[in-house]
Amino acid sequence: METDAPASPVLNPTSRGDLWRGAIVDVDIHAVVPGLEALRPYLDEVWLQYIDERNWTAPPTASIYPPNLDATARPEWRPEDGRPPASAVEMIRADLLDPFDIEYGILNCVYAIDGGPPDFSTALARAVNDWLIAEWLEADPRLRASIVLPTRDDPAAIAAEIDRVGGHPGFVQALLPARSGGMYGKRLYWPVFEAIARNDLVAGIHWGGSNNGLPPTPSGWPSTYIEEYVGEVQVFESQLISLLAEGTFQRFPELRVTFLEIGFTWVPMWMWDLDRNWKGMRREVPWLKRPPFEILREHVRFSTAPLDAPSAEELAPVITWLGPQNLLLFASDYPHMHDDDLATLLGALPEESRSEVMADSAREWYRLGSV
Amino acid sequence: MADVTDENRPLGRPGRFVVARAKDVPEGTRLLVQVLGREIGIFNIGGQFHAILNRCPHRGAELCKGDIIGRVDSDGPGEMRLDPTQKFLVCPWHAWEFDIETGESWRDRGAPDGSKNYVDARSYGLGVSAGDKLAAGLSKGDTEISTADAEYVDPVTHRVRGPYEAHILPVDVDDEYIVLSLTKKFASEKDE
Repeated sequence: METDAPASPVLNPTSRGDLWRGAIVDVDIHAVVPGLEALRPYLDEVWLQYIDERNWTAPPTASIYPPNLDATARPEWRPEDGRPPASAVEMIRADLLDPFDIEYGILNCVYAIDGGPPDFSTALARAVNDWLIAEWLEADPRLRASIVLPTRDDPAAIAAEIDRVGGHPGFVQALLPARSGGMYGKRLYWPVFEAIARNDLVAGIHWGGSNNGLPPTPSGWPSTYIEEYVGEVQVFESQLISLLAEGTFQRFPELRVTFLEIGFTWVPMWMWDLDRNWKGMRREVPWLKRPPFEILREHVRFSTAPLDAPSAEELAPVITWLGPQNLLLFASDYPHMHDDDLATLLGALPEESRSEVMADSAREWYRLGSV
Repeated sequence: MADVTDENRPLGRPGRFVVARAKDVPEGTRLLVQVLGREIGIFNIGGQFHAILNRCPHRGAELCKGDIIGRVDSDGPGEMRLDPTQKFLVCPWHAWEFDIETGESWRDRGAPDGSKNYVDARSYGLGVSAGDKLAAGLSKGDTEISTADAEYVDPVTHRVRGPYEAHILPVDVDDEYIVLSLTKKFASEKDE
C-alpha cells in the first residue's frame, strides 16, 4: 500500500524475513471494541435497560485513535470502510498475524469500563471479556488475551472477574491500567494480585486508565498531546517503585508483572536510585532482603514498544544496564505507529538474546508452550 | 599526654591497650579513643562494650557518631519486628547499618548465594579486666595503657564532649578497666 508514513521495517512485510527469520511472539496487540452494539449480546438485560434509559453512550473510539494523529494508528491499518482500527479479528490476521508470521499474539483491550456505577463497570468488563473469548480467542488459535478488569474502586469485583474467566486457556494476563488513581503496591490491591497469582496469570500494567480526575502525569494536566505521550512514563515509574517497595513480590512470590506500552529505557536509572537508597532506608521496607533491582529481574518484564531510542548504538548500553538476564518482550503495539524500528532493536541486542526478546522469553513468561 | 604511636611503640608488644575505666563509660554512652593513630569508638550498650573504628568503610564518614538503632526485620509486608538483641550503628552520611558487635554491613543479608559485596566496618575485641589482673598483665608487658585524651560523644546530638582525661594511672586494683585489642582474637579471650 502506498503511504507517506515512515518506512518502518517491523511494519513492512517484505522485510520481516530480511530482519528476523526466527519466531515472533507479540505481547501487545490491541483489540478494539468497535462500539456499544458489539457488547450488547454479552450484557445482562438489567444493564441493557440501564443503557437505554440513561442514554449511556460508549466511549468513542475516535478518542482512542484520532484519525489525524498518526502515532495512534498506522494509516494502512485504518479500515477504509470507517470501522475503528483493530476492531475485528480479520483485521489483525490480515495486517499482522499472517504477514509477520506471528506465533502468538497477546490482545490488550483498553475499553473504558469506568465512570458509571461500580456494578455497571463490572458488567461492562464481563461483556468485554466474553466478547474477547467468543470473537477473538475462539476465532484464532494464535491469539491470547488480557482480562479486562472492573473499576479500581472494587478490588473484590476485580478478583471475582479474574476468577470467573481466569481459567480460560486464552487468558494469560490481567490488565491493570497505569493510571489507576492508586498505587498498585498498596495492600488494597492484595486481593487483585492474589487472584492473578491464583490463576497463574501475569499482571499487565498498561498505558492509560481513568480520566476521572486522574491526570496522565503526577504533576497535573499537560496542555498538549506530546506532553502526555512523553510524560505518562512517570506514572509507570511510580507504580514500579510502589510494587517493589511495598513488598508485593514478597507477599506473592510467584507474581509476574509486565509493563506494557511504556518502553524500558527509563528502568535502569530508576532502579539504580532505588537500590542506592535501599542501602540506607532498608529498615523502612525490611521485607526487601536484596537490592530491589534484583527482585525486579525475577518478577518484572517490559514490552519493547515504544522503542524510544535514536539508534542501535545508543540503545545497546541501556540494554546492558538492565542486567545480564533478558527482561524484554517484543511488542508491535498494533495498530499504533510509534515508528519503532525492528532493525534498531535487533541491532542493539546481543545476538544470543535476540530470539529471547522476539519470542522465547514471552513464551516462557506467559506459559505459551512451544511449537 | 602523647598517644602511643606506631613509631614509638616498642617492637614485640602485643596489641592490647587499656583505654578507659569501665565506670567512666556507663550504659548508653560512647567514648572516642586514640590508639596507634586510630580513632576508635567505645560503646556501652546494655552493659556490653563494643569497639568500632571511627571510619565508615563506604566513604570514610565518622561512623561512631551515628545513631544506634535496633534491627528491624520482617518476613513479609504486614509484619515488622524489632530484634532487641541486635544493634546497628548507622552511618551519619548514608544511613547504612553496621552491626555494632561485629561491624558487619547489613546491606545484603539474605543474598541467595550467600555472597557479600559490601565492606564491613572494622570492629575490635574489647574486654573488661579487673585492676588486679590488669596490674599483672602490665607487669608482664603484654598490655599498654593508652594515655591519649579521649572524647565522649553525645548520643543525641552526636556532638563530642570532653575531652575525657584518661587518668588511668595508677591502676587501682579495686577498679575495672576496658582493654582493647587490635586483633579480633581478643574478644574470645576476654573471659580468661
